[in-house]
Amino acid sequence: MKEPEAHIVVEDLTMAFGTNIVQQNLTFTINRGDIFIIMGGSGCGKSTLMRHLVGLHRPCKGRVLYDGISFWDGDEEERQRVLRHVGVMYQSGALWSSMTLAENIGLLLEEYMGVDTEKAREVASLKLALVGLAGFEDYYPSEISGGMKKRASIARAMALDPDILFLDEPSGGLDPISGRMLDDLILELRATLGTTIVVITHELASIFAIGTNSVFLDTDTKTMTASGDPKVLRATCENDTIQNFLTRGEGRVKQRAERNGVAACLDQRAKVGG
Amino acid sequence: MPGIHEVQGEIERGPSLRKLGFDSKNLDFWDSGFVSFLIRVIRICGERDIEVTGEGLPEGAQRLIGLALAVPERREPGKDEKITPSLVLVTGGRVMKIWASLMETLTFVGETATAFLRLFGGKARFKGSDFLLVVQESGAGALPIVSLISLLVGLILAFVGSIQLRMFGAQIYIADLVAIAMARAMGAIMTGIIMAGRTGAAFAARIGTMQVNEEIDALKTAGIPPMEFLVLPRILALALMMPLLTLYADLMGILGGMIVGVGGFGIGLVEYFNETRKALTLANIWIGLFSSLIFGVLIAVAGCLRGMRCGRSASAVGDTTTSAVVTSIVSIIIATALITIGCDVLGI
Ligand SMILES: Nc1ncnc2c1ncn2[C@@H]1O[C@H](COP(=O)(O)OP(=O)(O)O)[C@@H](O)[C@H]1O
Ligand SMILES: [Mg+2]
Repeated sequence: MKEPEAHIVVEDLTMAFGTNIVQQNLTFTINRGDIFIIMGGSGCGKSTLMRHLVGLHRPCKGRVLYDGISFWDGDEEERQRVLRHVGVMYQSGALWSSMTLAENIGLLLEEYMGVDTEKAREVASLKLALVGLAGFEDYYPSEISGGMKKRASIARAMALDPDILFLDEPSGGLDPISGRMLDDLILELRATLGTTIVVITHELASIFAIGTNSVFLDTDTKTMTASGDPKVLRATCENDTIQNFLTRGEGRVKQRAERNGVAACLDQRAKVGG
Repeated sequence: MPGIHEVQGEIERGPSLRKLGFDSKNLDFWDSGFVSFLIRVIRICGERDIEVTGEGLPEGAQRLIGLALAVPERREPGKDEKITPSLVLVTGGRVMKIWASLMETLTFVGETATAFLRLFGGKARFKGSDFLLVVQESGAGALPIVSLISLLVGLILAFVGSIQLRMFGAQIYIADLVAIAMARAMGAIMTGIIMAGRTGAAFAARIGTMQVNEEIDALKTAGIPPMEFLVLPRILALALMMPLLTLYADLMGILGGMIVGVGGFGIGLVEYFNETRKALTLANIWIGLFSSLIFGVLIAVAGCLRGMRCGRSASAVGDTTTSAVVTSIVSIIIATALITIGCDVLGI
């Protein structure tokens, strides 16, 4: 294996909406060819972190470096140049609702590759087939199910064969088989194109199947509490929250409040002050 | 069952309690209201270091309470502290808000101007089909309602004018009145108001919904500037369609006036037509068309601005649409006033 090469470096990043701090002091590195998992409880700021990485929110503090170049210190054109090699799949899909699936993907190809409409449609069909949506070219986003929207959105994110692919909860709302297919697709993309893939997900099976590196965002302390290979984290990490997360609360650390010991829990809560 | 305040008062007033239990032997029915009451009692006891035992409670209620208390209540800083604002604070807040929205508008206008510059420089891009779609929706789609409203406005003008003119036997001047009023102002204003309610609202709702669905973000990260892709075609389309619709509205209004004049006051058809032609100077028509162009841009900018600044919820889309229509109509009336005064000063 050759030496890992840093692709995205996050340095001391703090994110906030007004005075409400979402996460602070995030420092981690995403290497080229990583499948990097961003995990954490609901509402801990995973999507927000992604929005900071792809240039939709300016950080309140800290830097984001793409290939050693500070993303937010450059001008708009510099950012566009970086984003040209970034594909993003949003949590809600965010397909352009006035266009069919083929047009959604084709727009990017026409815009950047300068290909004509016919060629764009061909490539769009291919990308849709890759996510298991062959034959849905002429459907509008409102005509397909939530899970299909997610997949179509992944197809759109892959349209320009990006160097970095951001996927926000790609398997949320997918059935287990489709979820598994998606994992295979992600592994294929990395193997064939060497794409760096950043995945936000809660699916434990998928985290351990594909993740090569990860960061865990904690809701209570509002900062990252661990990073590294998720399998290693599960085996070695001593932090209760992370252990609970990675083992669905069934791991070495038993939850203190057992369901049937309710009265005890109740008494204890009352004592500690509700 | 006692109210929560009674229990609280009892606990506070009574001798210092150590332990609290429940007796529910005679209880044969309970619901969520009961459980939430118990939870509040437990919280109150918790604050005062009073031990609570749940043994006397029904089995199911105990479990629910356990579940509800398993995760500590989340307290967001700033979410629950309610400050009663003083007058100064309220006024200051309002001023800050107005200032912020002014800056927002200016920024948007600046961004629009930049987008137009890029368009003339041949750098901006949007899909021609989008432009045509907006032209069709805002132009051809509005014809029926514009016809109806302008025809009626023409009728109304003629009737109202006739009240005074008839006293002098000068009914024929109804033709002048209707023609000048429609061409110079009413045609443009009525069309503007229709378009504000119809198209401006549609722009705001459309773009606002795209904002909610993260579609605008997707455009941005795909390197397609939403200002060029969404806003430019809409402003251009409305700037093109408003004058055309206004011209049409003028005609319909004059037709309305003619119906009243010829049908109601016995003016000859040819006579009415000639009088109208005399009154309709080119200056009048140009002023109307110029106003309508301005209105078109104002409506499109207001609609797109509100849409782009939309929050991220369904209710935000509603607010956005409302404020787009209000902004458009207010700015149309203000613009009319300015243009009218300007024309008066210039003596046109
Ligand atoms: N536009 C916004 N304005 C204010 N607060 C926001 C906004 N978007 C998200 N938040 C807050 O940021 C936190 C993280 O949200 P998010 O990143 O969507 O969580 P998740 O980890 O589930 O993706 C939430 O607590 C939410 O209240
Ligand atoms: Mg999220």
